[in-house]
Amino acid sequence: MRFTKDHEWIAVDGGTATVGITAFAAGQLGDVVYVELPEVGRAVARGEGFAVVESVKAASDVYAPVSGEVVEVNAALSAAPETVNAEPQAGGWLVRLRLADPSELDGLMDQAAYDALVAET
Amino acid sequence: MRYLPLTGADRRAMLATIGAPTVDALFEDVPAEARRDGLVDLPRGQGELEVERALQRLAAKNLPAGAAPFFCGAGAYRHHVPASVDHLIQRSEFLTAYTPYQPEIAQGSLQTVFEFQTQVAALTGMEVANASMYDGSTAAAEAVLMAMRITRRGRAVLSPGLHPHYAEAVAAQVRPAGGKVARLPLAVDAEAASIEAVDADTACVVVQTPNLFGTASDLSGLAEAVHARGALLVVVTTEAVSLGLLKPPGEMGADIVAAEGQSIGNGLNFGGPYVGLFATRERYVRQAPGRLCGQTVDADGRRGFVLTLSTREQHIRREKATSNICTNSGLCALAFSIHMTLLGQAGLKRLALLNHQAARRLKSALDEVPGVEVLTPRFFNELAVRLPRPAAAVAEALAAKGILAGVPVSRLAPGAGFDDVLLAAATETTTEDDIARLAAALKEVLA
Repeated sequence: MRFTKDHEWIAVDGGTATVGITAFAAGQLGDVVYVELPEVGRAVARGEGFAVVESVKAASDVYAPVSGEVVEVNAALSAAPETVNAEPQAGGWLVRLRLADPSELDGLMDQAAYDALVAET
Repeated sequence: MRYLPLTGADRRAMLATIGAPTVDALFEDVPAEARRDGLVDLPRGQGELEVERALQRLAAKNLPAGAAPFFCGAGAYRHHVPASVDHLIQRSEFLTAYTPYQPEIAQGSLQTVFEFQTQVAALTGMEVANASMYDGSTAAAEAVLMAMRITRRGRAVLSPGLHPHYAEAVAAQVRPAGGKVARLPLAVDAEAASIEAVDADTACVVVQTPNLFGTASDLSGLAEAVHARGALLVVVTTEAVSLGLLKPPGEMGADIVAAEGQSIGNGLNFGGPYVGLFATRERYVRQAPGRLCGQTVDADGRRGFVLTLSTREQHIRREKATSNICTNSGLCALAFSIHMTLLGQAGLKRLALLNHQAARRLKSALDEVPGVEVLTPRFFNELAVRLPRPAAAVAEALAAKGILAGVPVSRLAPGAGFDDVLLAAATETTTEDDIARLAAALKEVLA
């Protein structure tokens, strides 16, 4: 699992990757009440806002950690957005991407680097 | 008593500080051809009494709607507004209040907003209504933008009966945002044909009932066809009183309703301020523009009101907000709500019935005028009337006789093929004598 400075995580499995927001991000947002997900088939560029996580405090964009095509979205979140709080880095995943350029992953943080970032925040 | 904030000495000191010789020098970067030489031609420095006399002379040139047989409609309707409405909205708690920035502290204001929303939802047959928009046309534009967000498509089809001003307001707001607008040519009764213009990129069809020509339609079939192509149906109503009698848009399958609320509680006001009604389905609420007031309970379990789903709004979401509408027609919405409360469900229905009966009498009278043809096949309170001559000239001739006969279509859509058509509305304020005088004068003018 790798991380962005905007607090997204990405877990790669072959040519596809699962993306969500980190436990730290979910904790900062507070109770998530709604998740707006992209349509399957949409091409997203690295850094592009492609989903919105709305909590009781704010509506926050989720940015694509890498470029790719959306191949699946977590439809269960429309009925149970609180899963993002309960299991942010497991059942609360947001989308699956087919990677456009796996080398983009190299620019992301590993767990230790991300933990250091969070410790500074 | 001085009314101006700055003295000559203040101005000189300010100019000296910034190093400008005169106030006019501050505008020298504006090209000369874009500047007006001198002030607007107004008399200067008159006393209050002189000003009052001058304004009275100007006011006397106007022929007020209430002082003549009056049949103008086309999106703005003369109705009776009970004196109690004006009295209540002038209470200082309502009249002086602006958008509350810590809204929950003003529970009374929020309660009136909540009741307004409840009435709009009930009237339109929809599940959710917002706290109002500027007017019906801007509500229609917001509805199109919302449909584009929901469907992720970029084109709107405007049906043949949509008021041209609404079509222009939609285009003005949607085109700069990157959306396409397909306006179908004006027609008296061709709502169903809108479906032929729907393509794979069409986000919504905007359809009006009663339409510009007064034609009321059941849009259920169109709604089904539009939905089958993955688009939404936006229903526009410019005459809110019609909803007291006609099938509500929600029952016909509308996804968004954008209506003008002026008819209820608000006067003609020279064209504004009016109040836009905006309602939708609950599943689309997060894409709705504007403010929403919700009902909840406080820590002690007592009923209270809050602004809800504010995370959609620009003060939180900034440039990603669902809409940049930042205020609403709060006082006009309150007038609407108070009038609705006074009428009640049965009263509104009766008011709507009186309107329709007046229009039926108007139609009977016009049917007797030689050379005149009523085009509207199914009407509520407005008729499209084909005249043997250009309608604008006939309306002018009737105005000269002290009768405001209606709105020529050529004033709204010149050269659209309806230059001989006059739109004539009747409401509960229309008397039998008004109708008789119109019919007699029309016979004379056309003779």
